[in-house]
Amino acid sequence: MGDIFVLAEHRRGELREVSLEMLAAASSVAPQLGGKITAILLGSGVNSFAEKLAGYSDKVLYVDDPLFAEYNSEKYQLALSDLISRYQPELVMVPHTTQGVDMAPALAVELKMPFVADVAGLSFEGGKLQPVRTYYQGKINADFAFKGKPPYLITVRESSFSAGDPSKQGTVEKIASPLKEDIQYRKFVEYIEAVVGDVDISQAEILVAIGRGLREEKNLSMIEDLAKSINAVIAGSRAAIDAGWLPHDRQVGTSGKNVKPKVYIAIGISGAFQHLAGMKAAKTIIAINKDPNAPIFTVADYAIVDDLFKVVPKLTEKLKELRA
Amino acid sequence: MKMFVCIKRVPDTSEADVKIDQTGKSVDSSRFSFGINDADNYAVEEAVLIKEARGGEIKFLCIGPKDSDVVIRMSLAKGGESAVRIEDPRINQKDPLQVAKVLAAAIKREQFDLVMTGCMSADDSNMSVGVALAEELGVSHAAMVKSVEILDGKIKVKRELEGGLTEVVEMSLPAVITIQTGINVPRYAPVRGIREAQKKELKVLKLEDLGLAEEEVSEAGSRVELMKLYIPVVASNAEMIQGTPDEKAEIMAVKMVKGGLL
Repeated sequence: MGDIFVLAEHRRGELREVSLEMLAAASSVAPQLGGKITAILLGSGVNSFAEKLAGYSDKVLYVDDPLFAEYNSEKYQLALSDLISRYQPELVMVPHTTQGVDMAPALAVELKMPFVADVAGLSFEGGKLQPVRTYYQGKINADFAFKGKPPYLITVRESSFSAGDPSKQGTVEKIASPLKEDIQYRKFVEYIEAVVGDVDISQAEILVAIGRGLREEKNLSMIEDLAKSINAVIAGSRAAIDAGWLPHDRQVGTSGKNVKPKVYIAIGISGAFQHLAGMKAAKTIIAINKDPNAPIFTVADYAIVDDLFKVVPKLTEKLKELRA
Repeated sequence: MKMFVCIKRVPDTSEADVKIDQTGKSVDSSRFSFGINDADNYAVEEAVLIKEARGGEIKFLCIGPKDSDVVIRMSLAKGGESAVRIEDPRINQKDPLQVAKVLAAAIKREQFDLVMTGCMSADDSNMSVGVALAEELGVSHAAMVKSVEILDGKIKVKRELEGGLTEVVEMSLPAVITIQTGINVPRYAPVRGIREAQKKELKVLKLEDLGLAEEEVSEAGSRVELMKLYIPVVASNAEMIQGTPDEKAEIMAVKMVKGGLL
């Protein structure tokens, strides 16, 4: 009883970091749940991943089948449903990634599992596990409790737990593939690489990044002036890219690029976790936003809580003066 | 091509101060401005584009009170034949699986080829309704779709993955897809469309009309319970720059240039 299943994630020959983050989260609650940690791995030619996962779990159950070479929500759901029904774990952890969100809700419906999505923390209240998630892009936190019987299912937000060092020597068990033949109703076709643009923002020393707060494309000229005054490259949040203000290769965050410039100036960016994950490694972060509770300030070194349209032109003017 | 598009009215809280109300389990939304959920707006546009290219029929689905009619009519003004609004205070809109169950009940009553939802709501951000809906309907799905190509009895979509990578997936129809923002450029509702939208059918249904029992979709029937909401402790180590906007700009500029940040 009390066992925890963790679905490991990998893509194109790489075990993704979120797998180890979830195993660390599992380790933090395993004593209270009183169970063992099992890593679930579905893939083809993934023995080395199984060995690595064993360093972080009590047991690794893995399927090694060419039919699982690429992620496919339908196949993953089939395999997990089978394993969960057989082993009856207490808690199942799936990454809240483009793989996990494409599969977990369907699994929850199929197995009627109590389900909380996008979990960023785990706590205990009266001996019961309480997943923590956020609302309104991080402005509100919520504690949840599971009702009814386990197994419980959560999807876990990337970068919300820190991966630990290997400290276990779990058993590794290869299990039979649940598939006898390929499925026809959903097929993986191919991957397409990101388009390479004129500037690589991940190599930039100074970035001026814009978000929804800029409101209109015509306000971009004000940002260009600022960028020019300090030889910065302009990047943006998803909102700025979706609005068509900047090309796709300028997007900072989970679906764009991770950046680590010397200086990152976030202008009108509230700081969704997908954005923060991509820029919090910057050496110095300056944030300008009129909402004092904007999550961007949790990672900022300098906070300017004010109207960007009043601050930015003056900042540019002063920078020009001082650098003249 | 018979399409359903699920849309939601949400508050714009990107620059708003969000406060928890007296119940401790919901927020005070009295001062918010509302509109169609961003990703849903892209789903509406995608459906209209498909209809313009291949013909077909679009029906919008929305769970919510009468206030939601504004976003429904705005979507109808861009295209689409009719809409259904499900208004029932017994529905627990905080549980994405229960929301999916309600939507499925409304869709199941009719024949359909393609169902679209936004991939994420701006307020709750579970990213779960569309995928759960597909399971309820017993059809294939793909989440976070950035491109749609309709083939003969099939659909080919591009999913946006991490790091700018794209995954191409082919599925049989009918299917559910959840649309990612940026897939297209949502149009503004044309004036003539706004006038025509007033005449289009907008049915209002309750749980009984959908053959759903209260315990399936109510808070009491949810398999999870929201215990409490709270404002996260903003563990900010940031240095607050004080003063008028001009003073703040000057202080920051000095720190950048003379403080050696640049």
